[in-house]
Amino acid sequence: MQNKALKTILTIALTAVITVIVFILLMPILGPRFMHPLMAGRMESMHGNSAAPSGLDYATERTTDNGTFKVSFSSEEPISINQMHTWTLHVETADGQPVEDATITVDGGMPQHGHGLPTAPQVTEYLGNGDYLVEGMKFQMGGWWEVRFNVTAGDLNNTITFNLTLEG
Amino acid sequence: MSERTKLLTGLGLLIVLVAGGLGYIFSRPAWTDAELVTLKTLWIGSLPPLAPDPSNQYGDDPAAVELGKKLFFDTRFSSNGEVACSTCHDPEKGFQDGLPLAQGVGTTNRRAMPIAGTAYSPWMFWDGRKDSQWAQALGPLESPVEHGSSRMYYAHLIDEFYRAEYEAIFGELPDLSDRSRFPEAAGPVEDESARAAWEAMSPADRETVTRIYVNMGKAIAAYERQIMPTASRFDIYVQAALENDTKTMNATLSDQEVEGLRLFIGPANCTRCHNGPLFTDNSFHNTGVPAADDLPEDTGRTQGAQNVLADEFNCLSKYSDAEPNECDELNFMVSEGEELERAFKAPSLRNVTSRAPFMHAGQFTTLETVLSHYNSAPAAPAGHSELEPLNLSETQLNAIIAFLFTLNSDITSP
Repeated sequence: MQNKALKTILTIALTAVITVIVFILLMPILGPRFMHPLMAGRMESMHGNSAAPSGLDYATERTTDNGTFKVSFSSEEPISINQMHTWTLHVETADGQPVEDATITVDGGMPQHGHGLPTAPQVTEYLGNGDYLVEGMKFQMGGWWEVRFNVTAGDLNNTITFNLTLEG
Repeated sequence: MSERTKLLTGLGLLIVLVAGGLGYIFSRPAWTDAELVTLKTLWIGSLPPLAPDPSNQYGDDPAAVELGKKLFFDTRFSSNGEVACSTCHDPEKGFQDGLPLAQGVGTTNRRAMPIAGTAYSPWMFWDGRKDSQWAQALGPLESPVEHGSSRMYYAHLIDEFYRAEYEAIFGELPDLSDRSRFPEAAGPVEDESARAAWEAMSPADRETVTRIYVNMGKAIAAYERQIMPTASRFDIYVQAALENDTKTMNATLSDQEVEGLRLFIGPANCTRCHNGPLFTDNSFHNTGVPAADDLPEDTGRTQGAQNVLADEFNCLSKYSDAEPNECDELNFMVSEGEELERAFKAPSLRNVTSRAPFMHAGQFTTLETVLSHYNSAPAAPAGHSELEPLNLSETQLNAIIAFLFTLNSDITSP
């Protein structure tokens, strides 16, 4: 009787221990996605404070702050750090009409590090159909970046902010 | 089988599992996918092939490399006959001099920078006041405290000692024998007599001499372009990590070095500036480095940005071989703002451990002092430091230093 109880307890204990060990062993394969949130949080803090706040909108097409324009960007090549590259910015009105003759200024930076862009990008050419060429884009480190475009067309003026996360 | 045997077998199995598991965990650094991506960006194998320098059409000409190499080591190109480029950029010392302030015919206000890999950098000098290797090479030649002479003087030396080699690359060397038109020394330099002689020359003759001077720079740059770091222990480790070759990984870096690497790409924030395969973003940062004693105020990039815009040899100048639209770095550079104040270029960390003293005026004599500075993040003497206190332990700082030693490798040069 006593033996049987001991056996049950031992079996349960062993099963529990084995489960935990198997989980720990599988961790490198499972990755941090399946970790307890508390542990995942610790992992992030171990990665410096570079983790971007959750809930950021990384869409490449967005509506400006007050809904005046719909703006989207594209880059010919995948964006990698320390590489000067160009973007094409497409600007249209809320009802989908391409915006011509807009004056557009560019700025941005890393909100968590308190610095701006390493270059001073400019819109250098109107490509037609609401498309604008943005030259001089460059990011010098991985992490969360903001890129802001201020768009003025006639009496209308508004700002759009894109979020990017870069590897590196 | 008795219950006891079963139990013992179970226990035995468990012990084997635990021991195996622990062994597995401790033998494998278990880099996450994100960390592996970062490691790959730092790996020398990620360095792209060197693109031509559009501002220097002779940059990849083997004859220019040959001539440039001779000029680089030729001490005749100085006011006292004792200073060459190699005086401060000594190949025996990784193309630097190990001194806090560079010593030419006088003493400069900054530390000599290393050359390896700078062909990849859009900016030269600590403040980026030059935007190509050839334009950089021409700065020290006319600095009163470095080579200390003038372009006219150097043009006569080319005429006397390198005429055939020069002409094979750049075409006919103009006749400079008329000393009333081409005096012994003349240039837009600090020395008053050389400057007066320069101003007395006709614009066309000045142009002739400046062209020769520019070609000297382009030849020196052709040589410098090929000065590159080679694969280090770190690179062997990363290659093994990318191939999941645990055996090579363990044989290549010690636990302490791996721990240092983990801190380097993680909580120590080093890769904010020291990123990419050359461990530099080639950009400018104020890291609150203290001002050097007895030196004039140094505003870093604030002044450097204005200087490169005004530089007679920049990418947009008539001496550059680039089309204006090939000068993106200059066309889209940040030319003013608080972020430039006392910001200095992040140097490559490859071979850094053999490059004491550290920082733009050799302010720190040891890596321990450097790491302790980054750890405590003191306020900048001017402008705003980008650093935040790291609060790492001494053991952790020592691990980072141990890791930095894994970046050492031979430097190749033509």
